[in-house]
Amino acid sequence: MSHAEVILIIKLNNRDFPWEEGLTIEKIMQIKKFTFPKIIVKVNGNHIEKEDYAETFVNDGDNVEIIHLLAGG
Amino acid sequence: MNIKNMKENHKLLAEYKYELGEIDKGYTNRTLYVNISDNTINSKPVTEMMKEKFVGGKGFGLWYLWNATTPTTRWDDSENEIIIAGGPACGITQYAGTGKSLVCSISPLTDIPIDSNVGGYFGPLLKFSGWDALEIQGKSDKDIIVYIDGNNGIVTIEEAPLEAYDAHILGEQLTEMFADNEEDKRNVAVVTAGTGAEHSRFGILNFTFYDQRRKTTRLKQAGRGGIGTVFRNKKLKALIVKFSNVKGDLNNTFEQSIINKTGIKYHKEIHDLDHLQNNMRKIGTANIIEVMDAYDLLPVMNFQYGSHPDTEKIKSTVFIEKYLTQGVQDGCWYGCSMACAKAADNFLLKTGPYKGHRVTVDGPEYENAAGLGANCAIFDPEAILELNFYCDTYGIDTISFGTATAFAMECYERGIINKEITEGLELNFGNFYSSVELLHQMSKGEGFGTVVGQGVNRMKKLFVEKYGANEEFLFDIGMEQKGLEYSEYGSKESLAQQGGYGLTNKGPQHDEAWLIFMDMVNNQIPTFEDKAEALHYYPMFRTWFGLYGFCKLPWNDIVPADNKYTDEPAKVPEHVQNYLDVVYGVTGRKLSVDDMIKESERVYNFQRIFNIRMGKGLRKDDRIPYRSMGPVTKEEYESRQERYDTQLREKIGYAPEGKTTEEKMAALREYRENQYEKLIDAVYKRRGWNSNGVPTLKHLKYLNLELPELMEVIKDLQ
Ligand code: SF4
Repeated sequence: MSHAEVILIIKLNNRDFPWEEGLTIEKIMQIKKFTFPKIIVKVNGNHIEKEDYAETFVNDGDNVEIIHLLAGG
Repeated sequence: MNIKNMKENHKLLAEYKYELGEIDKGYTNRTLYVNISDNTINSKPVTEMMKEKFVGGKGFGLWYLWNATTPTTRWDDSENEIIIAGGPACGITQYAGTGKSLVCSISPLTDIPIDSNVGGYFGPLLKFSGWDALEIQGKSDKDIIVYIDGNNGIVTIEEAPLEAYDAHILGEQLTEMFADNEEDKRNVAVVTAGTGAEHSRFGILNFTFYDQRRKTTRLKQAGRGGIGTVFRNKKLKALIVKFSNVKGDLNNTFEQSIINKTGIKYHKEIHDLDHLQNNMRKIGTANIIEVMDAYDLLPVMNFQYGSHPDTEKIKSTVFIEKYLTQGVQDGCWYGCSMACAKAADNFLLKTGPYKGHRVTVDGPEYENAAGLGANCAIFDPEAILELNFYCDTYGIDTISFGTATAFAMECYERGIINKEITEGLELNFGNFYSSVELLHQMSKGEGFGTVVGQGVNRMKKLFVEKYGANEEFLFDIGMEQKGLEYSEYGSKESLAQQGGYGLTNKGPQHDEAWLIFMDMVNNQIPTFEDKAEALHYYPMFRTWFGLYGFCKLPWNDIVPADNKYTDEPAKVPEHVQNYLDVVYGVTGRKLSVDDMIKESERVYNFQRIFNIRMGKGLRKDDRIPYRSMGPVTKEEYESRQERYDTQLREKIGYAPEGKTTEEKMAALREYRENQYEKLIDAVYKRRGWNSNGVPTLKHLKYLNLELPELMEVIKDLQ
């Protein structure tokens, strides 16, 4: 495998998730189809507010938590 | 309707007069016993032991049921009871969701105790009339009603031959009959079943409340486990309670100001945040239809799949925009600012005996849209509303009906049953007219509807024995456990939720634990021990609502703005504290979270031992159908091939390349079944049970629950 083919990853909820250029929280939510309204987002432990999802870029190696708050149907 | 004539035809069978009395810190300290075999009525004291060990609500219900029955009692035996009990917090009006009662009985589906929680005014008015619980035993040979006049202290048993059976009519008739005038109608609450409850095993009880704005009686359901079937088998037509002076202070609480303060804080939260969070006041619980679809959790075609392109047609906004009446405060008890009891008004029925009528449909709840709709591939909002209406008025559980119909449809599509067997019904997925016809048949007690009305467990046996179906395959696709149909969430990708369904006391109903997001999406409980902890805490926490008379929804269908900064947001710590404060305000009991869990644990372990006593509470009974764990068929596997192939590779170390689907399915199945067994081991351990699922003597000692009659059941199983 050449270096150019190394896949960069972030951690999303403690699982690997492929990183790509320009990846934002909003983009992750779209890719994962995270549509549930009660969600807590943290990047490397820092809370991200909803209005900042589009502007929050995620870097290679970041630890992203997108926690869905539903523990009861 | 000629109410006067109906009333004149009542025949008084028994009358009992009682002192009205006062409530003391949430308890009336007595319960009402009514035997409809010999028409005796009396009062029983609530003992300190009952309060200490069982608290109230479901705890009282199970305790009375235990004492009334034997290991051989079945649902239709005269000694089986129906117990309705609120709980010490039931009836306060300052906090949201405080009007619930719990109903217990031996279930016609499971042959073990069932408990079902329900709103409406009956529970609170029963308490204000002087009773912490109503216990009904015996069987009548004629249709009767039991009437509790809480204004004058009189209980009567009356023959009632002329009233209707179906709930939407009977509720109106009896409300009209027992109210002095229009204004008085809200002081009357009625419990009924319906014609379908008589001919199926999953009959429900409908609890009314009078909606003064709509000028109609509304229905809330004690839905699970067939208590309505027991009700009609006893020839009960209705229970009625009347109490005219509802006020905010009737519980004579220990410290009212704490309750008021907590309530005001909570109401403000609803006012400020509901529209940003779950929209409960606009749509109720149906807000999650499209969410479940997006996460591949919506049951589609008998739980084969988790999403469908046509979900778009039944998403919550369709119901909000076209059907559900907006701008009305829809609480099912006074003071509920969450107000989720939505309704569609002026809905025109297209089929059945009420065809052409315009009616109010209560709902749809999420479960109804998912079970009656998606699970049967009926993606039509009007079809869902019509099925919802007929289920309610006929007294049929929407969840069991949805899951049982979906099972029958899959069997039909796979040729396991055919048109001859269904007596002409084309039971293909998506066929609304066949589905609603099953309901009409259940109401009349005829046709294939009565077969579906036996539930999935008995259909499986019948299809194997009579029509030569493959037993193992039916076990795999029949979504029931312990005899109860699964409620409407797909659990294939969440091991914790497989336990959330499989390791319940009453059968697979999600009201004990809903862990899918925590597990599958958030990955917050990765180890077996983490999952076991969640499968201990949540079922215990949620049992607690049913001991006190609380509704579960206000706990986490909204959360405080700063909830996300707390240590354990999923638990909603501020709301948990609210409940502890309210209970302190009502009873004077100062509880910690640990005390709260322990109170529930007592009742939970008691129920487990009750199951064991009835022959259904061991490890073998916690087995679940493979459809709830993984792909049973090739189509299911191949529809999500990438997901499953990846798991084989990453979790099992099995290379999927070059393998047939069957080979891959077998490898996945072996792995997942093994995981479930390991989960069981971890959960039993956390709950203080041995590897066979039996509470240990040591654990009972820790719970201070060493009652001789319980020890007797488990001593040889240690
Ligand atoms: S939240 Fe809904 S179900 Fe619960 S008490 Fe309020 S209106 Fe009734």
